Amino acid sequence: MPQWTPDQPLIRILDVHKAFGAITVLRGVSLDVMKGEVICVIGPSGSGKSTLLRCINALVTIERGSILVEGQEVNDPKLDKLKLRRKVGMVFQQYNLFPHRTALQNVMMAPIHVLKRDRREVEEQARKLIRKVRLEGKEESYPGELSGGQQQRIAIARSLAMNPDVMLFDEVTAALDPETVKEVLFTIRELAEEGMTCVIVTHEMGFAREVADQIYFTDGGVLVEHGPPKEFFANPRDPRTRQFLDQIL
Amino acid sequence: MIDLQPLWDWFRLLHQTSGIKLTIFYDAFDRARFFNGFLTSIRLMGVCLVASVLIGIVGAWLQGTRFRLPRLATQAYIQFFRNTPPLVQLYFFYFALGSYLKVTTDTGLSVPLVSNFTWAAICLSFYAGAFNVEIFRAGIEAVPRETVEAAEGLGYSRLKAYLYVILPLAFRISLPALNNNLVNLVKTTTIAYAIAVPEMLYVANQIWSDESNVPEMMNVLLIIYVSLVGVLVFVMGRWERAMRVPGYMP
Amino acid sequence: MSVGGRTDLPVLLPFRPRGSAQGPAFRLRARHGLMLAAALTLSVGVAEAQTAPGAPSIIATILKWTPLLAQGFALNIAMSFLAMAIGTVAGFPLGLGQVSLLGPARGVSWFVTQFFRNSPWLVLLFYCMLLMPFEVSIGGTIVALPGWLKSTIGLSLPVMANVSELVRGAVRSIPYGQWEASEALAFSRAQTLRMVILPQCIKRMTPPWMNLYAILTVATPLTSVVGVSEAMTLTGDILSSEARTELLVPLYLYLLLWFFLYCYPIARATQALERGFQVR
Repeated sequence: MPQWTPDQPLIRILDVHKAFGAITVLRGVSLDVMKGEVICVIGPSGSGKSTLLRCINALVTIERGSILVEGQEVNDPKLDKLKLRRKVGMVFQQYNLFPHRTALQNVMMAPIHVLKRDRREVEEQARKLIRKVRLEGKEESYPGELSGGQQQRIAIARSLAMNPDVMLFDEVTAALDPETVKEVLFTIRELAEEGMTCVIVTHEMGFAREVADQIYFTDGGVLVEHGPPKEFFANPRDPRTRQFLDQIL
Repeated sequence: MIDLQPLWDWFRLLHQTSGIKLTIFYDAFDRARFFNGFLTSIRLMGVCLVASVLIGIVGAWLQGTRFRLPRLATQAYIQFFRNTPPLVQLYFFYFALGSYLKVTTDTGLSVPLVSNFTWAAICLSFYAGAFNVEIFRAGIEAVPRETVEAAEGLGYSRLKAYLYVILPLAFRISLPALNNNLVNLVKTTTIAYAIAVPEMLYVANQIWSDESNVPEMMNVLLIIYVSLVGVLVFVMGRWERAMRVPGYMP
Repeated sequence: MSVGGRTDLPVLLPFRPRGSAQGPAFRLRARHGLMLAAALTLSVGVAEAQTAPGAPSIIATILKWTPLLAQGFALNIAMSFLAMAIGTVAGFPLGLGQVSLLGPARGVSWFVTQFFRNSPWLVLLFYCMLLMPFEVSIGGTIVALPGWLKSTIGLSLPVMANVSELVRGAVRSIPYGQWEASEALAFSRAQTLRMVILPQCIKRMTPPWMNLYAILTVATPLTSVVGVSEAMTLTGDILSSEARTELLVPLYLYLLLWFFLYCYPIARATQALERGFQVR
């Protein structure tokens, strides 16, 4: 397998098809993500956005097509999933923090048990990450004691603790109160500005416009069009895109 | 009638060749008495199932009245039956209370007024009924006040609201717990053995004492009971699925 | 596939029977014990009235036999502890087997669980008492299997099946998101179970587990039917030796009171635990 180099796409998705039983969710989706790029995927519900993300880190297997992450084929049955998930971090809409552990423990767990790193080193990094997401002082709180936005930021810190090369965000602000959405978006923007490669599925158009390098629009399991935010929002080419943007903007 | 004699002969042959003694198949007398025991078990189960549900409904209704006395009496009944061993309850009814309920026949013999089958039916029905009261109560209480108000706002009288809206909902919610309880009831009917009700376990005991075929009879018993309960579980499960309220996850 | 899609308007309130369908009610109150004691006192009074003059009083008779009854009751409790321990230790792996990813493991675990769940407890007791050998040789030494031990094993079988169901239910009640998040963090399935899923399960399993213990305790008198000399058998023995019909009602009520008084603290504790867990 040729060694991956940063001039090649970090993620290369080629003609991916996925069906859940009788329902086809992805019909031949292809896209490339370069290192350091921030991609926003937008589209109506059920258009396959979340499924696409889950395909990238092998939470969902695809029927046809190929997904290459740093040159490694995800669709390979012999794939080392654990190795993939160290490179690809994912944050979910429902935060999914472990309720029986404190915030700090949540952030520390995976690096200790999965990466087998030294405990003190992990703790230091965890505290730094919690500081970074501006939740210093909340290390010993349990998820049940934190607000939705705070939990989501801890979830981001938890994924970052694995030192991934790319972060996937699945509508992470959709379940939050409007007041807390801002703080989470701010955290993500900081990450993007620091150079983290991000694939963000979101409904927040304003945020997408500011932070993305490329916007992709999906509808009915197909990638209808894409482009840099300025062009995309100013001159959508496809009528479906125009219809969607009219509805939400 | 199909002539099953060849089938019975096969079991006799089985005994002669392998020593597995299943007289309940090839011996007419044992066959008859085991079958009667089976029927008695089925009868006991059926009576208890129906009676306990009725008791549960009445009890749930009594628990919801305004008057203190029926409410407290129902509570006392429930606590007694739920926190004491059913076997001891059975002995209490049959031996202790039964000792006071004797009638003297013309020949001067003192005979119990209530048969042991009846005592078993009464005791087991009240035992399972105590749990059913709680189950039905919880089902009714799971229907929010807003739903009742909505029904009344639409013009339903209290009674009609109960009949058409609340009770159907409450029933669907209670069904899983109710099924669980009814399955347990069916298993518990075996304790009737202890007061010599001639149900399956008791008759099997008689047979294995006569024929010395304990392992065979125990295995047959186990298989029959597990299958019987299994069938009930299956049927109840189907009914439960058909009655499920979509989107409701308790 | 988007996660969620739940409405936050409850269509129905949660279904909360006081006490699960099988066990003692959580609203077990002291006043119920008082009622039982009152019934006892009343029956003793009635029985005293029927006592032949010159015969010892009912109360004195009951007190005379109390130490023996206590011994028998101690055996009930001992059997309940042992059966619960064996059943829990055996039921846990069985429950995990039911959620295993391996088809055969799942199938076998399911079958064993269903088999022992669908068997009447008394039939299992008979089975164990009659068909288990009266002694086994373990590594050269012959160990006698007394009747009460065989009965205890017989009782542990349905406990095992119920614990298996408890475990399965608890694992399945953990939201799918927990599994997903763990997978995304590269935890293996075993690690996910050990560190994320099972710790959360233990809490939810505790009230129904305690309930199961109460059910088991009130099932121990069944062993009297197969010949174990516990409280119920001894009550029968006492009645035969005294041969006084007016003793029947008071003595059986007395036995019922013993069980009631034992189950009461357990029910209260279970009640408190359940309340604690519902406050999320």
